[in-house]
Amino acid sequence: MQFPESWLRTLVNPQLTTAELAQRLTMAGLEVESVQPAAPPFTGVVVAEVLSVESHPDADRLRVCKVNVGESSPLQIVCGAPNVAAGQKVPCARVGAKLPALEIAEAKVRGVASFGMLCGASEIGLEDRVDGLLVLPADAPVGADIRSYLALDDSIITLKLTPNRADCLSLVGLAREVSAITGTRAYLPTQPPVMKEIYDTFNVEVQVPEACPRYVGRVIKGINPDARTPDWMVMRLQRSGIRPISAPVDITNYVLLELGQPMHAFDLDKLSGGIQVRWAEAGETLTLLNEQNAELSSDMLVIADSNGPLALAGIMGGAASAVGPETANIFLEAAFFAPEAISGRARRLGLATDSSHRFERGVDHANTPMAMERATKLILEICGGQPGPVVEETGKLPRAKSITLRPQRVTKVLGIELSQEVMRGYLQRLGLVVKENGDAWHVTPPAYRFDLEIEEDLIEEIARLHGYDQIEASPPRANTLMLPVEETIHDVSLFRNYLAGRDYQEVITYSFVDPAWESALLTGATPIALQNPISSQLSVMRSTLWGGLINALAYNLNRQQNRVRLFESGRVYLQEGHRLRQPHYLAGLCHGPAFAEQWGVAERNVDFFDVKGDLENLPGIALEFRSDKHPALHPGQCSRLYINGHPVGWLGTLHHKLVQFFDLQAAPVLFELELDALGSRLLPRHAGVSRFPSVRRDLAFLVDQQVTAEAILNTMNEVRESCVRELALFDLYQGQGVPVGLKSLAFRVVMQDTERTLTEPEVEAAVSQIAESVIARHGAKLRS
Amino acid sequence: MRNPNEIVAEALAAIRVCQDMPGLEQVKTRYMGKQGALTELLKSLGGMTPEARKQAGARVNEAKQAVEAALKMRREAIQEAELERKLKEETIDVTLPGRGRGHGRLHPVSRTLDRIQALFRSMGFEVADGPEIETDFYNFTALNIPENHPARAMHDTFYLESGEVLRTHTSPVQVHYMQSHQPPFRIIAPGRVYRCDSDVTHTPMFHQVEGLWVDESVSFANLKGVLADFMRRFFEVDDLAVRFRPSFFPFTEPSAEMDIGCVICGGSGCRVCSHTGWLEVLGCGMVHPNVFKHVNIDPERFLGFAFGLGVERLAMLRYGVDDLRLFFENDLRFLAQFR
Repeated sequence: MQFPESWLRTLVNPQLTTAELAQRLTMAGLEVESVQPAAPPFTGVVVAEVLSVESHPDADRLRVCKVNVGESSPLQIVCGAPNVAAGQKVPCARVGAKLPALEIAEAKVRGVASFGMLCGASEIGLEDRVDGLLVLPADAPVGADIRSYLALDDSIITLKLTPNRADCLSLVGLAREVSAITGTRAYLPTQPPVMKEIYDTFNVEVQVPEACPRYVGRVIKGINPDARTPDWMVMRLQRSGIRPISAPVDITNYVLLELGQPMHAFDLDKLSGGIQVRWAEAGETLTLLNEQNAELSSDMLVIADSNGPLALAGIMGGAASAVGPETANIFLEAAFFAPEAISGRARRLGLATDSSHRFERGVDHANTPMAMERATKLILEICGGQPGPVVEETGKLPRAKSITLRPQRVTKVLGIELSQEVMRGYLQRLGLVVKENGDAWHVTPPAYRFDLEIEEDLIEEIARLHGYDQIEASPPRANTLMLPVEETIHDVSLFRNYLAGRDYQEVITYSFVDPAWESALLTGATPIALQNPISSQLSVMRSTLWGGLINALAYNLNRQQNRVRLFESGRVYLQEGHRLRQPHYLAGLCHGPAFAEQWGVAERNVDFFDVKGDLENLPGIALEFRSDKHPALHPGQCSRLYINGHPVGWLGTLHHKLVQFFDLQAAPVLFELELDALGSRLLPRHAGVSRFPSVRRDLAFLVDQQVTAEAILNTMNEVRESCVRELALFDLYQGQGVPVGLKSLAFRVVMQDTERTLTEPEVEAAVSQIAESVIARHGAKLRS
Repeated sequence: MRNPNEIVAEALAAIRVCQDMPGLEQVKTRYMGKQGALTELLKSLGGMTPEARKQAGARVNEAKQAVEAALKMRREAIQEAELERKLKEETIDVTLPGRGRGHGRLHPVSRTLDRIQALFRSMGFEVADGPEIETDFYNFTALNIPENHPARAMHDTFYLESGEVLRTHTSPVQVHYMQSHQPPFRIIAPGRVYRCDSDVTHTPMFHQVEGLWVDESVSFANLKGVLADFMRRFFEVDDLAVRFRPSFFPFTEPSAEMDIGCVICGGSGCRVCSHTGWLEVLGCGMVHPNVFKHVNIDPERFLGFAFGLGVERLAMLRYGVDDLRLFFENDLRFLAQFR
């Protein structure tokens, strides 16, 4: 909502500066978005009359003018404007004038002395509507300061209104509000009915009274098609952000701004039959005023005649029935459409009009007949014509309901004590009728405050008028109970901090991704697609965090960052049959050198085992790694992750095909864990520390290259004696001394008893049992 | 018998030129060993008269002591020198950089989320969570935003083909929580939210933290108290100016918009605060009775306040980030700055 301050002050004029007024509006909930001057600062420009115009002796395009600025002798001014003519009134910047762009001094223009400058609109900071001088009305007083003549010392105030305050979408509404919040009296316009001069009417049939509870129409005949909108009205419209079009249209727009009642003028001669207010029929179309061809649907309200739709009710008129340059007879409409019948439709058609904006939020139906009279009066004054009688169809209008207000409840909700007298005063200043009845008051809002429906709405009004800043902040009182801190629940922030400590950078990527990534990563998930994505690259919900991580990798590789180690925690979205799951995942990616380039450390690229080591040390979980295949991962470098036998994620090197797909140079190592599947974290339980010495024996086996370390360890674990405390692989060797096709795996066997020192025969027995089982089951040979 | 003094002089000379322990041991053997010069001297005492033996014995003993003392001194000097040399040899250039992996960092948005959660937890708020793909009911209807309400237009909702929505705010978590818990409670719900809007100052995904406190006596004055306290602690500015303006949210009544004094310019006016001296940081209000009714909480008995704050906005102000979009580009050169 944009309007000139000067207009508002004709209705209510509090003793406040512009800045103070803006502050009061903002603090009352009518947020002032901006306050702009109507014109930039300038001085020394007056209304001048052009007395004579002669050609310049040395320049074709220049004229030498004599102008009267209200002094005894005229000034000589050289002027280059094409439209200058004797008898015109124009703005004249006198010598010494400071204009927004320049300062005026005595000058010689091609040898002819010039004592000032005649101005076009842009030279005094206004919008140029013609090429050349700004020609003023003939009655402009010569010598008058142009700023006061054009009321340029005005501010344009723009409000960011919340949707509940539709009552403030008009100057009258704002004036009422300013009056309430400042306690200044408002002088609101009234308009007694205009007497009919002719009997012409146009039939109105409201077929859907619930959608259109009130329809007021009137015929006006014989208006002057050439009538000009007066300057004062043009100024107010322009400063309210509305372009002047033609006198009848300008007048309906003016009434919309002044009273908040959207109106429409039809060319009566283009209507046939009578007006019908009805739902559109599927398949009907209408060419709107903006030339848009709208396909109507059956939940759109239309104003139609016997030939079909004329206008989209409450949204926009149609081009065919619009008032044009030849229009002499009009049918004027002022209606109240129910918000439910209008809202959402304009947006569906890609429209947002001043009219739909108001009807969606609500219009004061009590005001509709007065708006008709106001528009009629202005049309007669400006365009002439003879008015017919008002035709009104009124159904069941929403009735203002009385709301129960308990003063005690006000105190409880706001947390401050206000006297009943103060509360009553605030409500009355807002035009609410208060009937006291013991502890429960009956409060009835005026028709224009249809946003007030329940007790809390009234409490907000009291708080607003009192001033939110006058409510003293106080810390709440509550029982001081501790929050649970559940140690057996995995804490994501522990994982995040752990990974950051292991040199992974946390990233946050979009939850919607490129469908091509999803199909390339082949998670097998049915993509969950957005109906209205920002772009096709962000059009499906991710089923894995890998796409975003790889994309972030590519982004950084393109910016000369080669060593990239990333992780992200966040939801993925999985459509599993009819079931939608949105589990939390944790995923990471490593690419490039294992260590940042440094002295004393040989450079090598990060590999599967670096990342596996990071996962093995995740706080509070013991993952099992099993060889498996994932379509996005290298088939020979892929492991599925398990906890207590339940699959919880994947680890592996990106498949070569995907390295190509994502246009990478080298394959990153990736992991992904479903956090919600991790189960609970085990509470540590102390098991005692043996006081007796431990014994270590190493076993090195020669085995076929295909035999996995896991297989051998499984065998070892199966047959281990209870004294064996630790079994671990510590070396892998291939090369000199080991036949081709075989490999040497060395294991550490640590034995210890909690009760006594182990004897040599016990140790030997335990070790040989392990060794023999491995030899027997895996065709291994013991290396000596 | 050789003159012990001569031997001592000779031994001392030999000790003096000794440079290492084996050399010193050789000298010791030469004089004190089984066949050493002083040992031989002692052996020769056997053939002397008791009188002469006593005298000569005393002289030899003196000589032995002198040599031993010299050996000890020299031994210590050599050890000292050797230690010195060893230390010198082992000296490294400690100004060389340390080795190993570096460390990563948390994303500035999650760092901010952690900070917000820590502050509210310190006041007894529990952290709640809810789905991001929501039904129309949770995202709108249960929050008193009926279909076609103009407030829906302000939300720029993403719709899924199934008709569900990506939540446009964290407020639906309020509804989930209240459906499954009995008051009194106080919770915050941090998380991702989505709006179909993308330009210099909007990203289609961002983060909010929802807050909700429901009890038998919670007032608007309390709401102001908690949020002013939070902002002052968050920015660590004890006298941070705050103000509350009436506003409108369908799920709160009365509703307010909270501004803080600009933390960039201190309120004197700058580009960040559009020269107003104020920064809009959150929306809040008293829980609307219709919201309580949707979750079967008696609005006569219980009151509550709720708020929703934008995490990126707070992170930008706290860390001086001037472009929202940086948060989701994931440029390591940007992220690495948040040490």
